[in-house]
Amino acid sequence: MHREKEVLLKIRNAQTYFPVQKGLLKRTVGHVRAVDNVSLDVYRGETLGLVGESGCGKTTLGKSILQLVRPTGGEFIYNFDGQEKDLRKLSNEEMMQARKRLQIVFQDPHSSLNPAFTIFGSLQDPLKKFGIKSKEERKQIIGDLLEAVNLRREYMHRYPHEFSGGQRQRIGIARALSLGPELIICDEAVSALDVSIQAQVLNLLLELKEKHKLTYIFISHDLSVVEYMSDRIAVMYLGKIVELAQAEDLFANAMHPYSQALLSAIPVAEVGRKRNRIVLEGNVPSPVDPPPGCAFHPRCPYAMEMCKTTVPELRKHIIDGREHHVACHLTDARAVTTQKTS
Amino acid sequence: MDTILTVDNLHINFYTNNRCNEAVRGVSFQLKKGRTLCLVGESGCGKSVTASSIMRLLPPLSRIEEGEIIYHTDQGDLRLHELDPNGPEIRSIRGAEIAMIFQDPMTALNPVYTVGFQIREAFMYHTKMAAAAMKEKAVELLRSMRIPAPEQRVNEYIHQYSGGMRQRAMIAMAMACNPQILIADEPTTALDVTVQAQIFDLMNDLQREHNAAILLITHDMGVVAELAHDVVVMYMGDAVENGPVEEILTKPAHPYTSALLRSIPVLGQSKSQKLEPIRGSTPDPYNRPKGCQFRPRCDFATEKCLQDPETFDVSADHTVKCWHWEKVLANA
Repeated sequence: MHREKEVLLKIRNAQTYFPVQKGLLKRTVGHVRAVDNVSLDVYRGETLGLVGESGCGKTTLGKSILQLVRPTGGEFIYNFDGQEKDLRKLSNEEMMQARKRLQIVFQDPHSSLNPAFTIFGSLQDPLKKFGIKSKEERKQIIGDLLEAVNLRREYMHRYPHEFSGGQRQRIGIARALSLGPELIICDEAVSALDVSIQAQVLNLLLELKEKHKLTYIFISHDLSVVEYMSDRIAVMYLGKIVELAQAEDLFANAMHPYSQALLSAIPVAEVGRKRNRIVLEGNVPSPVDPPPGCAFHPRCPYAMEMCKTTVPELRKHIIDGREHHVACHLTDARAVTTQKTS
Repeated sequence: MDTILTVDNLHINFYTNNRCNEAVRGVSFQLKKGRTLCLVGESGCGKSVTASSIMRLLPPLSRIEEGEIIYHTDQGDLRLHELDPNGPEIRSIRGAEIAMIFQDPMTALNPVYTVGFQIREAFMYHTKMAAAAMKEKAVELLRSMRIPAPEQRVNEYIHQYSGGMRQRAMIAMAMACNPQILIADEPTTALDVTVQAQIFDLMNDLQREHNAAILLITHDMGVVAELAHDVVVMYMGDAVENGPVEEILTKPAHPYTSALLRSIPVLGQSKSQKLEPIRGSTPDPYNRPKGCQFRPRCDFATEKCLQDPETFDVSADHTVKCWHWEKVLANA
């Protein structure tokens, strides 16, 4: 199914570590492994959902792709109209040019817009930078953008505090769209919104995707929202991807014990669907000092001896002719045909 | 079933900047022993204000204008709304018979006292226990909340706890004196879903063991389906619909409830579902629409909606504030 699809972004063994410093001399005593050996392909035109609990590294992965956080290692190969380049190796000037294609919508619409600038002031900077000299033209473009996100043109002369949360989030989306990007990373883009507004923004994102042929990486902790938006979903735990599959497959047949627990923990707004919840014991371990072997083994109901020593690799399983990537020794033991991802 | 708390036609106003905000405008419900009542609504709809008014914890510039909050005890009825918010009567009830769990344990708990001390405080004010017994009881409570190594944890401070453990410590505090009523104000909103599942398990156990009544405030319809027996849906300070959970979720009679249910993605339905957002946004509380508050966003709105809607009975224990509830039901 994916064979004909074009890979837009190829991530290989991405690592983003943050140093932990201690004492007077700020000696580095360890690293927070926020993103730890993540390999992933993003296809053109798809929506890739990224889910996991707080602190699992999903936001850091998103920011690492944009080089907003400098990754420690790995490759981020982006397909510039057929020409593949590693984003990590670009010069600042080249990266600046690349940002035309890669954009982000942040979680908190209150802090991601400058309160001292009007909307026009905030949105015109990138246009200026990329060569639209006449103010009239910029006004025209920003007006069109605001209309594209269902806001009125006149709103460009207002300040952020004059808008509601949902409207501000739409301005954030308009800003991301302003340079005609290919890939937009939506980092918890609807989490701060009330439910009735959330649906408006979700539908807007879907519409824009169709219209502008966008690719999304949709980061959220809310699985029902991710399911509604995504073609494929990657589940992260402690800096690693533990499962990656088509959205339908993941929800119908989650294979990693963590994904199973995560799915069962979500309350569903339907009467009589009180399923057997798998309640996990304990907490997420610290990413500074992750447990050896599989990071999930201290909480895993099926943990075996092997899980305590050997790190499971993300392997491709073919189930009913469809790809399903899982990093678990248990599924490896069960499956007949496995193949290491990349 | 025994009713333990009656809230009748409650009105609460806030007076700030020479303006008056009618935060709660006529909310009525009954809380029953051993049952969970959910107050659902979006931010700013008045659900937290309603809850804190029961504990008489309203901020200084607000006032209960009208209505009654009656607590039914074995010794007779107590009219909570008439008590002095700093007086001895309400203080003897607060924490002992009615306890509250707040959304953010980091601000609700005191960082300079140990967790054990904060649990023991409840015993100091409400019981005549010996100091040693209090200590033992505090450890026991933490253990019942499944906090590992409680003997050691009881002497630790809140910053040494993880988010889920903090929330459990707060539940331990609330449950210290076996309250009759537990008010939980968005207890799991700040937590991850797997931790949320742990907390819900605990709350269910507590309810079964002590037959406590729980008033749960949430904005998550999933939580409602999971925990609630009865539901009150609030919009802009009005309790627009009130009834048992099965009826509210399957046969909503108020256009807001029904629109809300159609606007949330349901897990396991993948992309086949179509979300129907509610158009517009919640009105400014200082510049309210005339009549029904939902009218500007409602598909059923007519001339009649310019008048405040009356309360209609859908079934024996299901009421709705909408002129067109029959049409809404028929349309579902």
